Amino acid sequence: MGKTKDKSGPLARRPDNSAFKQQRLPAWSPVLTANTVLPFFYLLAVISMLLGVWLLLLVQSTQEIKLDYTDLGNCNECFDLRRNVSNAAQTCSCRVEFSIDKTFKGDVFFYYGLKNFHQNLRRYMDSRDDGQTVGWIKKLKNPSTYCEPFAKDEDGVPIAPCGAVANSMFNDSFTLTYHSSSGRRVPVPLLRKGLTWYTDKNVKFRNPRTDNLTLAQVFEGTRQPLYWQRPVYSLDPHDPNNNGFINEDLIVWMREAAFPNFKKLYGILNRADANFEKGLPRGNYSIDISYNFPVQHFLPIAYLVTSSLILLMAVVLTVAWWKFGKDGKNMKE
Amino acid sequence: MFLRDHFLLSCCFSPGEVICEPPNNKLDKFTGTLHWRDNKYSLDNEKMLLRGCVLRNTEWCFGMVIFAGLQTKLMQNCGRTKFKRTSIDKLMNTLVLWIFAFLICMGVVLAIGNTIWETCVGRKFELFLPWDEFQSSAVFSGFLTFWSYIIILNTVVPISLYVSVEVLRLSHSFFINWDQKMYHNQSDTPAEARTTTLNEELGQVEFIFSDKTGTLTQNIMAFSKCSINGQTYGDVYDEFNQKVEITEKTECVDFSFNPLCDKAFKFYDCSLVEAVKQQESAAQDFFRLLALCHTVMPEEKSEGNLVYQAQSPDEGALVTAARNFGFIFRARTPETITLCERGRAATYDLLAILDFNNVRKRMSVIVRNPQGQIKLYCKGADTIIFDRLDPSSEDLMYATSEHLSEFAGEGLRTLALAYKDLSKEYYQVWQKKLHYVSTVIENREEQLAALYEEIEQGMKLLGATAIEDKLQEGVQETIACLNLADIKIWVLTGDKLETAMSIGYSCNMLRDDMDEVFVISGLTQLEVQQQLRNAKENILGLRRLSSTADVQKGDVFAEDSVFEETIISEYALVINGHSLAHALEPQLEHTLLDLACLCKTVICCRVTPMQKAQVVELVRRHKMAVTLAVGDGANDVSMIKTAHIGVGISGQEGMQAVLASDYSFAQFRYLQRLLLVHGRWSYFRMCNFLAYFFYKNFAFTLVHFWYGFFCGFSAQTVYDQWFITLFNIVYTSLPVLAMGLFDQDVNDQNSLRYPSLYKPGQQNLLFNKRQFFLCTLQGMVTSFLLFFIPYGAFSVMLKDDGSDFSDQQAFAVTIATTLVIVVSVQIGLDTHYWTAVNHLFMWGSLIVYFAILFAMQSDGLFGIFPSNFPFIGTARNCLSEKSVWLVILLTTVVCILPGLVVSFLRIDLFPTLTDKIRHLQQSRKKQRPQEQNLRRVRRTSSRRSAYAFSHQQGYGELITSGKNMRVSTLSSSRSLERIAQSSSWIENILKRKNEVSAEPAESHKADRLK
Repeated sequence: MGKTKDKSGPLARRPDNSAFKQQRLPAWSPVLTANTVLPFFYLLAVISMLLGVWLLLLVQSTQEIKLDYTDLGNCNECFDLRRNVSNAAQTCSCRVEFSIDKTFKGDVFFYYGLKNFHQNLRRYMDSRDDGQTVGWIKKLKNPSTYCEPFAKDEDGVPIAPCGAVANSMFNDSFTLTYHSSSGRRVPVPLLRKGLTWYTDKNVKFRNPRTDNLTLAQVFEGTRQPLYWQRPVYSLDPHDPNNNGFINEDLIVWMREAAFPNFKKLYGILNRADANFEKGLPRGNYSIDISYNFPVQHFLPIAYLVTSSLILLMAVVLTVAWWKFGKDGKNMKE
Repeated sequence: MFLRDHFLLSCCFSPGEVICEPPNNKLDKFTGTLHWRDNKYSLDNEKMLLRGCVLRNTEWCFGMVIFAGLQTKLMQNCGRTKFKRTSIDKLMNTLVLWIFAFLICMGVVLAIGNTIWETCVGRKFELFLPWDEFQSSAVFSGFLTFWSYIIILNTVVPISLYVSVEVLRLSHSFFINWDQKMYHNQSDTPAEARTTTLNEELGQVEFIFSDKTGTLTQNIMAFSKCSINGQTYGDVYDEFNQKVEITEKTECVDFSFNPLCDKAFKFYDCSLVEAVKQQESAAQDFFRLLALCHTVMPEEKSEGNLVYQAQSPDEGALVTAARNFGFIFRARTPETITLCERGRAATYDLLAILDFNNVRKRMSVIVRNPQGQIKLYCKGADTIIFDRLDPSSEDLMYATSEHLSEFAGEGLRTLALAYKDLSKEYYQVWQKKLHYVSTVIENREEQLAALYEEIEQGMKLLGATAIEDKLQEGVQETIACLNLADIKIWVLTGDKLETAMSIGYSCNMLRDDMDEVFVISGLTQLEVQQQLRNAKENILGLRRLSSTADVQKGDVFAEDSVFEETIISEYALVINGHSLAHALEPQLEHTLLDLACLCKTVICCRVTPMQKAQVVELVRRHKMAVTLAVGDGANDVSMIKTAHIGVGISGQEGMQAVLASDYSFAQFRYLQRLLLVHGRWSYFRMCNFLAYFFYKNFAFTLVHFWYGFFCGFSAQTVYDQWFITLFNIVYTSLPVLAMGLFDQDVNDQNSLRYPSLYKPGQQNLLFNKRQFFLCTLQGMVTSFLLFFIPYGAFSVMLKDDGSDFSDQQAFAVTIATTLVIVVSVQIGLDTHYWTAVNHLFMWGSLIVYFAILFAMQSDGLFGIFPSNFPFIGTARNCLSEKSVWLVILLTTVVCILPGLVVSFLRIDLFPTLTDKIRHLQQSRKKQRPQEQNLRRVRRTSSRRSAYAFSHQQGYGELITSGKNMRVSTLSSSRSLERIAQSSSWIENILKRKNEVSAEPAESHKADRLK
């Protein structure tokens, strides 16, 4: 219907004989039969099994050591000190010693982790200004109201970077030292760059245009977040290119974790150093933590369990089909 | 409404006054008085012409309009228009309310969770995230959280469902409009869905209420067979002496030798023409009788253009048959009948008409033929005629009797014909008696009857005719098919009991092998009650006798419905309008309904339009079943409006029924396709659509609920805002819409071939509260898996380059992608009929999802609106990771497989009829589907005489008096006489008039609205 036709004559109102209008469109109408379903199940079971085994091997080739330093060594002193926010300005250091039994071969990643820290609260996650961290000058001095109450300090000076996320940035620093068998203390070189996604480092986070000014000058008129010890433009004293909004620690922190227990990348073993060419050798280590603030087998096991369940279902289906439906007697009218 | 006035008021319309009752819907009553020229005339129902009547045998009448428009009895009978909604619609509303309640429950749970969390954990976190100033306590925070969650979780309430459902219904209506198989070539009428909101209800119909005339029948009588002198004519045989089925293509007899023949008349047996041509006296007498013995009025507007005005279509058919076989009835005067016998004009003197009435069941004429012989020609019901035959006709009687049984077996209406030679003397004696009796005042009727009886004795049998009350095409097959689909068909008609029953027989609704046909025709309430109870006891009694010996009578009726399903024997109920009025009283309606539901066939005759509606309403109210009313005339409007679904047959009866209907088409047989194909598909599609829609929304939304337990119940959404906005509209709407539009579990041919496929709809099996519960449960489980599998994986997942990967955005993208894939796979499994459009929508949706995903998270958009598109780069980083794809694969498999297992097991172990036929359809795919070939069923049936059915009391008297003939055809002397007699014939005419108009008035056919 719809359009009026110019047809006239005895069959003027006859509907068109098109496959669409007569609901005769050519179509594929699949039916679940044993011939299709059972092989599919077995195939799926095998695929899952293979994936599971492969993942398991992959996981077992990785090694992990996890240290909860809250109470280790002399860190509990710092922990007590930091309970009171007013002591934020004081420095506190502690040392944790540990040993690894087998050499960590290949790439070694160094993470910090937090437990029960809710980066995923709605108000927390909203409390940031992507406009500011992408380097818009206007936003730098005039952060979004989403950042409240961390947009401006009591004096009305805008905070950069603003918001609760940045404010609560994890700023413990770690120095890993290798105690070689000869008793020599070798500092373990950690790469503090290359920790972020390319898009984050190059698109999402940009420093404001400097135009021959130093970074410090650009950030003039703003102040550091209240809980920070250093302003944003001097977060990394060693690498001037790692300062401002593109500081990798900041970027890593700003990518909010989905769950309250999370870990974030701190550094990557620099294998350019001759001692650590093959990874992290076995032996004793100590971490010096400037105290400012947990690998698992889920996926392979999940795959293996799923695979066995599918196999089980496939067998049950086969039996059911064999016993009751094979000769199609149920299909008789 | 007209007051027909026979006082030839002609030109003198001076003012008068009518005082009458207010408008009402009683068709059989009218009271009023007319004051005119100082005279008072009483006005009663006999003087009324109701709207819808057709004047016959007269060109004009004087009248006065008393009520018009809405005040006419017809419109008063129409009933109120109700807003029609489908049961799915009502269920949907209930379910949406439930979902809303569920939403509030979730909100409350999460709000309580938030209060507890804020108290135990949130307080410590205040260091990093101080409470807002207005947030005074954890309880207040919980309160705010409640509202936040109501907003976030509102997608669980499917608002877009209503729009989608309407779109589907509209398209289904278009499919009905477009269906060529419901298009009637002859009248150029396509089917039309006039309401677009009732389509899926067509798949759930349990009761059909059908009008008779114009709906089941064409209201055309056709002379189809006859038996002359022990020889049958009418069947066609091929060269092997095998009977040939008569179809459209069968060659019919060429009547071109007869210039005055009726072109529309069709007869297939050439041997009868030969018989007439060969001067066989029996055959000639046979047709001469048909041409003489009737009360038809001829009208010859131009030479050779004869039009017969017959009181009943039966008579017309017989006279037309005689006309085509060369005995043309051309003209009549009160005293003569002029025939054109095979080219030669012959004038018979009409001596007497011994008219028809319901007791006599026959009519005779006494004529003097051109040779001067006096003959009596009689036609009537076979039993009556056979009782009055001359012993010499006995052999012939047996032969004819056999033929009659044969005719009756084919559902034809039969009539026996006989003649008698009268001697002049005998006739003169008889005539004197007649003259005497007709002047008697007391017991005139009885005395006349006795006199007629006297002369109609010792007749010689000529033969018998068989008339077909032409059913609409395919009515028997349609009714048989709908019966197989467990649809009960009730016929509600304004016609007489006998006519209704005869149609019942010819439609196979009544059969001789039925255990019993109950006829309820009580006049008082007690009588009706007694008859109903007896009938019911009759049905239930036998079994009860064996099971429980003495149960209290009261209990007997209370338990009746329990036994309803177990009745195997077939019963039929025929009830007339008068009894129906009593039976529809509140105290009897349950008995009536119970009895009617025990019977396989129910026929209500002589019912008013209002009663039709009442019957429909009765079933609608007490049986919780979907009712469909089908009719073609204005008298069906009320029932069409009352039933859940009204279907109008657009025929010759005008547009009123069609205008009030929800669906309209040209032929009753299309009902089969409307219900079994379109209705079934609509219901099937709608149910699958709804189930999937609820599933999808639950799977989509409940993820937020699970996430609430990990994000401190802070109303943080799992997905990106844009995803939430677009999910229902863009990513998942089209595949399910395509399914709702095109899905077919079984193709149309098989739907018609296996009417039992219709039953799940009646039992409401495809979508009900249980199905709703199951599909929401599936949705919940899916959302659970959708959240917890990625959760398990993400808490430990790393990228290959070592960077952590447990951030909220990557999590959101992974879950969103998984969700889109899972629901797409699910719709794939739910789709039974993959057309190109399904493929396009399905793959298109997935492609669009990924396209939009990458576009939304592109550098460019972020550069322009950094705050609105914070997900920059997430998709790129996330979906390039193989572990993410492993998570997606695992989740999809785990979400889909259980459903697949269940449906495979169900199909394999407990296949429904649908599954079986799908299976069959698959295996037969290569073979060309054969057209269904339902043969016309032959059955044995008691014979029924046509004469007893369609005839009212004849108007022979009117003809012999000549009052209905135009002055010009009468001699001047007679017209003088006529004026002298005027006062008495007016009364007669008044009396007759009402009977003449009674039929159309009661069935309110043709409305003259133009």
